[in-house]
Amino acid sequence: MAETKPSVWKKITSNRLFLPVVCLLVVLLINVIRTPAFFQISIRNGVLYGYIVDVVNRASELVILAVGMTLVTAASGGQDISVGAVMAVAAAVCCQILSGGKVTTNAFQNPLLLAIVAALAASALCGAFNGFLVARLKIQPMVATLILFTAGRGIAQLVTQGQITYVRVGTYQVIGGYIASCPIPTPIFIAIGTALLVYLVLNKTALGLSIESVGINGSASRLVGLNSTMIQFLTYVLCGLLAGVAGIVASSRIYSADANNIGLNLEMDAILAVALGGNFLGGGKFSLMGSVIGAFTIQALTTTLYAMNVSGDQLPVYKAIAVVIIVTLQSPVFQEFLKARKVRRRRTAEGGSCG
Amino acid sequence: MKTGRKVIGLLLCAAMLVGAAGCNGGTSAGSKSPAAVSAGGESQTGSAEKKSGGTVTVGFSQVGAESDWRTANSESMKGTFTDANGFKLIFDDAQQKQENQITAIRNFIQQEVDYIVLAPVTETGWDTVLQEAKDADIPVIIVDRMVNVKDDSLYTAWVGSNFRAEGDKAVAWMEDFFKSKGRDKDTINIVDIQGTIGASAQIGRTEALEAGVKKNSNWKLVAQQTGEFTQAKGQEVMESVLKQHSNIDVVYCENDNEAFGAIDAIKAAGKKVGTDKGEIMVLSFDSTKAGLNKVLSGEIALDTECNPLHGPRVQNIIEKLKKNGNVDKKAYVDEKMFAADDTVKSVSAGTGKFDVTVVTQDVIKGRAY
Repeated sequence: MAETKPSVWKKITSNRLFLPVVCLLVVLLINVIRTPAFFQISIRNGVLYGYIVDVVNRASELVILAVGMTLVTAASGGQDISVGAVMAVAAAVCCQILSGGKVTTNAFQNPLLLAIVAALAASALCGAFNGFLVARLKIQPMVATLILFTAGRGIAQLVTQGQITYVRVGTYQVIGGYIASCPIPTPIFIAIGTALLVYLVLNKTALGLSIESVGINGSASRLVGLNSTMIQFLTYVLCGLLAGVAGIVASSRIYSADANNIGLNLEMDAILAVALGGNFLGGGKFSLMGSVIGAFTIQALTTTLYAMNVSGDQLPVYKAIAVVIIVTLQSPVFQEFLKARKVRRRRTAEGGSCG
Repeated sequence: MKTGRKVIGLLLCAAMLVGAAGCNGGTSAGSKSPAAVSAGGESQTGSAEKKSGGTVTVGFSQVGAESDWRTANSESMKGTFTDANGFKLIFDDAQQKQENQITAIRNFIQQEVDYIVLAPVTETGWDTVLQEAKDADIPVIIVDRMVNVKDDSLYTAWVGSNFRAEGDKAVAWMEDFFKSKGRDKDTINIVDIQGTIGASAQIGRTEALEAGVKKNSNWKLVAQQTGEFTQAKGQEVMESVLKQHSNIDVVYCENDNEAFGAIDAIKAAGKKVGTDKGEIMVLSFDSTKAGLNKVLSGEIALDTECNPLHGPRVQNIIEKLKKNGNVDKKAYVDEKMFAADDTVKSVSAGTGKFDVTVVTQDVIKGRAY
């Protein structure tokens, strides 16, 4: 028993998901002390109600973005910083089609399916543009996606003619709300569905392995017959497409397309989610699950700070402190330091008898 | 191989820069040249006529067209400074960029306009260009946001909203409302969903509420959090606040978008919005059409206006300046209050007495924005 225990412990701690999970648990643990009501879940108004539900629900867009960001990071060793703006583009296209060009509407002017398909096509096109610049023209990802990062919101503004377009139709609000009498918020299904779908595609086909291989060494992958350019390009298209999905969810929550604010600063949170998930931002091996956990950690942090009633002007400071701690805990240098200390302690313990 | 790639990268960067510059120059020239051409011609005739007491040329640099409010602001200017009123307006849309505004002001100076009106996108960075305007002897009138300049003689006057007074009015209305309902001794739990921290609207409106809470010992500010002036954040914050406090009486939202989000969150939590005891009363600011519709349906109890119709006030100042009269450095626009019912007919706050308008379909129809 005493002998098996350390090995199980080691197995757990050496799992790459160990640290991300610990970080999430630490954030949640703070709530056990500060706001015990954090974990209460009840049914109110026919739907699930509680902080935890909020965390999972509000994290949905971030989870979807983080999945896309993970793939882009893995394949190209860089990040797509245009996803927030692409969300705004998708939302603008979707709402503008539904409202038929008017500022506000109480009935669909065009079929919902058409609007969603068009919005996803627009976002995939944005992704393809990024993909072309990165994969084909070999422009650094940060620089290439900077173009849509700055221009994306402008495009969204053009689509909505500078106004906030409202779609006041119950059916549209289902995407960011609830399906009929289902007590679980729809965004949760969409987020889990997306993550699961991407996971299955990556693991049941060779795509996941190909992405890792391209990320580790593009030239070598090409030599063994992988189309590196195509694979990198595809990850960007997928990332754009997923940003579109997130954009539609975000716009459905507020039944409008707010080109200035939808997905604002979310690209940075998505990158952070990937990093918190224990993924190396330089590309190569990746863990989708880690990024998803990272996304939940970020939202849990935000909701925690709300629950603790931290005032608005101090919010970013607390968030920054928490992020610094989490990132330090996961940094390889810090882990080396811990390992070295453990070894040293063991040595001094052993060394005591020797000399 | 590596240097080759570097060269290509450099070339691409250069191409991009040129492209971007070309784009910028293209659009700004495109949008400006017709105005410049027509204004160039007009301003000459304008200054000629000015000597004979004719047309006054006004150059207006607007931030952009990001909201209904801004559009109404532009329309107010365009509606005031018409040819029929004896004005020639040169309108410039800066598309949210300060450099565009600075260019516009320099163009106005070159065109020798009589007055410059500026709705600044940011508060800082105006010293140089306003000094140029002063050297050219052209009075500058700032509207909406303030400019932060070392020498305040660089602008002649400022026209805009008194955010503190807006907040004071809403607070006074709340006092009167609870008094008339016999709840002035009850504990009133208030939630403040603030605007973007640091925005002048947030500062004024928050200060007013905090002063109100200090004054009324039975009022309790149970939660205060920023909703960043957006619907999504307003909803998220309210969602969280509702879980901490089960007995909220008032939600003080610092703009309409936040109020929409807060109302959605309250309803989703199975609570009711309204003014009765046990219901949650929503107060809001701005009075956009969408906001007033919510007042009409009783979801927002009071919506205090943030008036974008600056045109008449600016005209007033220009008329005074033309007669070489003195003008006040700060001029506030009149701002109304819109309530769901007539429990409180008027409030007195700060400088005077203000009537409360009960919202009807006609009131909404008669609004410009």
